[in-house]
Amino acid sequence: MKVSALLENKEFKCLNPQVGIEGVIKSGYVGDLLSWVMANAGHGCAWVTIQTHVNIIAVASLLEMSCVIIPEGAEVEESTLERAIIEDIPIIITGLNAFEVCKILGNAGI
Amino acid sequence: MSYELVFDVKRGDFDTAGEASRKIKRTLQQLGVSNKVIRKVSIAGYEGEMNLAIHSSGGRIVLQVGEEELVLTIEDVGPGIANIDLAMTAGWSTAGDEVRQMGFGAGMGLPNMKNNADSFEISSKIGEGTKIVMKFFV
Repeated sequence: MKVSALLENKEFKCLNPQVGIEGVIKSGYVGDLLSWVMANAGHGCAWVTIQTHVNIIAVASLLEMSCVIIPEGAEVEESTLERAIIEDIPIIITGLNAFEVCKILGNAGI
Repeated sequence: MSYELVFDVKRGDFDTAGEASRKIKRTLQQLGVSNKVIRKVSIAGYEGEMNLAIHSSGGRIVLQVGEEELVLTIEDVGPGIANIDLAMTAGWSTAGDEVRQMGFGAGMGLPNMKNNADSFEISSKIGEGTKIVMKFFV
């Protein structure tokens, strides 16, 4: 499933649509402890986290994630978005909680 | 041919922390290093970089690229680690509440470095500093 296909679902909104959204979501990962995520998240994953500070982009970029999904309407800092544009990482927000996001990803075959 | 990259990392500089790891990753990509090795160096480098930002009084990261191995050195000017065995224990951390709320301080940094490197050496002296040398076979 491509990131663009996920964004066809109106529950999801990309905050920086100028970045590439044609990346393929190969897997999913949920976590807010950055070292756990660094150790275990896969290449090309969609990462669901309530962390919104700029360092999530370093993690997403180093692991070459397909996108970062911020659940439950958490606000994303401007510095995070600026860095995400530079690093070409789509930042997607949703009002859904992490479990509901995972259900949608799972139902889409991820 | 060998090649060396050096990055200074300041304490508390979370906004730019990750920058050295990104540059190291790009350099290794340009040099044609395998994705598997790049992932290991990226994880270890990022953890080292964050440790410098969170715990040290400042330090530096040095990457030496050789034909058969990459050597990543994380070195700081203090404060030093009192008990290295404890510091190496997964889940143990001295990080404060503020950085824990940012998702750091899980006590996984040093174990993540050791798990990803092909060899890992750490030495530390209170009041002087900590030095970690990691090797990755290419």
